Amino acid sequence: MNIVVLVKQVPDTYSERKLADSDHTLDRESADAVLDEINERAVEEALQLQATHGGEVTVVSVGPDRATDAIRKALSMGADKAVHVSDEALHGSDAIATAKVLAKAVSTIEGVDLVLAGNEATDGRVGAVPAMVAELLGLPALTHARKVEVDGTAVKVERETDEGVLHLSAALPAVISVNEKINEPRYPSFKGIMAAKKKPVTTLTVADLGVDTAELGIAGSWTSVLESAPKPPRSAGQRVEDEGDGGTKVAEYLVGQKLI
Amino acid sequence: MAEVLVLVDHVDGEVKKVTHELLTAARLIGEASAVVVGAPGTAAKLRDALAAHGAAKVYVAESDDAATQLLTPEVDVLAALVAQASPAAVLVAASASGKEIAGRLAIRIGSGVLVDATEVNADATVGQSIFGGAYNVKAKASKGVPVISVRPGAVEAANAEGAAAEETVAVPAANAASVVTINSREPLAAGDRPELTEASVVVSGGRGVASAENFAVVEALADALGGAVGASRAAVDSGYYPHQFQVGQTGKTVSPQLYIALGISGAIQHRAGMQTSKTIVAVNKDAEAPIFEIADFGVVGDLFKVAPQLTEEVTKRKG
Ligand SMILES: Cc1cc2nc3c(=O)[nH]c(=O)nc-3n(C[C@H](O)[C@H](O)[C@H](O)COP(=O)(O)OP(=O)(O)OC[C@H]3O[C@@H](n4cnc5c(N)ncnc54)[C@H](O)[C@@H]3O)c2cc1C
Ligand SMILES: Nc1ncnc2c1ncn2[C@@H]1O[C@H](COP(=O)(O)O)[C@@H](O)[C@H]1O
Repeated sequence: MNIVVLVKQVPDTYSERKLADSDHTLDRESADAVLDEINERAVEEALQLQATHGGEVTVVSVGPDRATDAIRKALSMGADKAVHVSDEALHGSDAIATAKVLAKAVSTIEGVDLVLAGNEATDGRVGAVPAMVAELLGLPALTHARKVEVDGTAVKVERETDEGVLHLSAALPAVISVNEKINEPRYPSFKGIMAAKKKPVTTLTVADLGVDTAELGIAGSWTSVLESAPKPPRSAGQRVEDEGDGGTKVAEYLVGQKLI
Repeated sequence: MAEVLVLVDHVDGEVKKVTHELLTAARLIGEASAVVVGAPGTAAKLRDALAAHGAAKVYVAESDDAATQLLTPEVDVLAALVAQASPAAVLVAASASGKEIAGRLAIRIGSGVLVDATEVNADATVGQSIFGGAYNVKAKASKGVPVISVRPGAVEAANAEGAAAEETVAVPAANAASVVTINSREPLAAGDRPELTEASVVVSGGRGVASAENFAVVEALADALGGAVGASRAAVDSGYYPHQFQVGQTGKTVSPQLYIALGISGAIQHRAGMQTSKTIVAVNKDAEAPIFEIADFGVVGDLFKVAPQLTEEVTKRKG
């Protein structure tokens, strides 16, 4: 079974994330970049499925040059090869533009049975790119999976959201997004890290994919940011030590604020 | 006046509160048209609530498939209605499902999609709060009919009389290659508490709560305040509380009038999901816990002493 995993490099949530004043895009210099944690879980799921069903695991990423680090991490976990779409024209692309490029990139890989992704990226929190890729490829989208089972040409998923748990099924090929509780991703071994250095990474431009640059970047995207402003940080208010009356003090504060 | 399509979020024959918020937002832009997609007989139960919140029209798209196929019926129906009604915008709830419906619809109709709006303006531009509330941005769709997912709780629902004139629309036949079948559902034990993202009070517990049984302390305070219960990721990962109640970066974003954090250190990823709350109260035995940096009122102390006392005080005041 051939599996593609969509992986995204995101600013580390531990570092400060900023928007550039000039064009409201992510200031990539200001934050450390990491492979989004949820994508490690998607890679883990792909490797577990590969262990049972065989086939190849290819990671696909759309992002600037330094996304190579995220790709290497996925390869060092055990993925076989990678496709990296990197192009100046992509700067500032929104979710739809990104999904279009991802769908084209997936189409360059032959005999794909399954596309795995995270359910939501920690930066944009769009939570829709996997479904949009499925829409573009005409494939079923089984999203927010906490459990995945492949049986011959069919796939079964337990989808967990606020609406409860849904037991889903669809025919392969399909797109699946996984949630945070699906598995515990493995740590790359030393051997894995060394091996990753030799694994093939195909770098493509948008021209290679035949995507019209008029549909990409800040100018070509489907949405535009008109203004952005950092929100003034919250400041600390009152603080008291509990001297046996801490609960009463909170109650008095809440009464003062007309909250109770 | 142009129509604005609102996808109705419904469960067990009832309209979810977020739909009332969407109808209110829709009326700012144009004339609100509610779109009901569901099993036969669904719309009849929802009509009165939709009329009371200003729906001028109710599009009824009912079929057996609509209830057993995941999300594609909603996308198909909305795409057909966009072609038919040329609306000024399409609004859906920014829930897990709503975000996907919005994204797919935008692709289908060649439009821009605005995700998780915290503010909807009359010209269909939106306000968004990103990076866990660290930035506010204003955005617009540059192409097509704007498709907007709106964060639950962001807009205050207002009552208004609407004609709620029903119009039946067909659920288009599904594309067999891309159908996802819903074989069965396990609804979450709803309980009597308000929904986390809709509640005006949220009481959350962290690793400091120390066990699943101890979460009763968090629940008791939430119940006294008529609020919802939340949890940090550490509490969820330790198995103290179910995943769907996780607040933060990779959990729910909540913005209640009052957020009470019990035994939560206030890591940046937790703050990302709650720092836009109106008032924040924290109880933590570590005076250095970062949660105090953003708390309006903090108590340095043991949550097992402070929370029950607070619960008692609240109950007493309710009389
Ligand atoms: C990519 C990523 C995504 C993440 N997403 C989320 C997310 O969505 N939500 C989230 O919450 N976290 C998230 N985290 C994890 C986050 O970094 C923290 O690890 C987590 O929030 C810690 O939870 P906690 O505050 O309950 O636990 P701890 O940090 O262990 O804090 C427990 C606190 O309880 C206090 N305490 C202990 N006993 C008592 C007592 N009896 N009375 C009073 N206080 C007591 C302690 O002083 C301490 O401050 C994420 C991390 C990453 C890397
Ligand atoms: N630029 C990208 N490159 C590769 N995968 C992506 C990209 N953007 C989003 N994804 C995938 O889509 C998932 C959900 O992202 P989002 O819909 O943006 O919240 C991520 O976890 C990735 O698996």
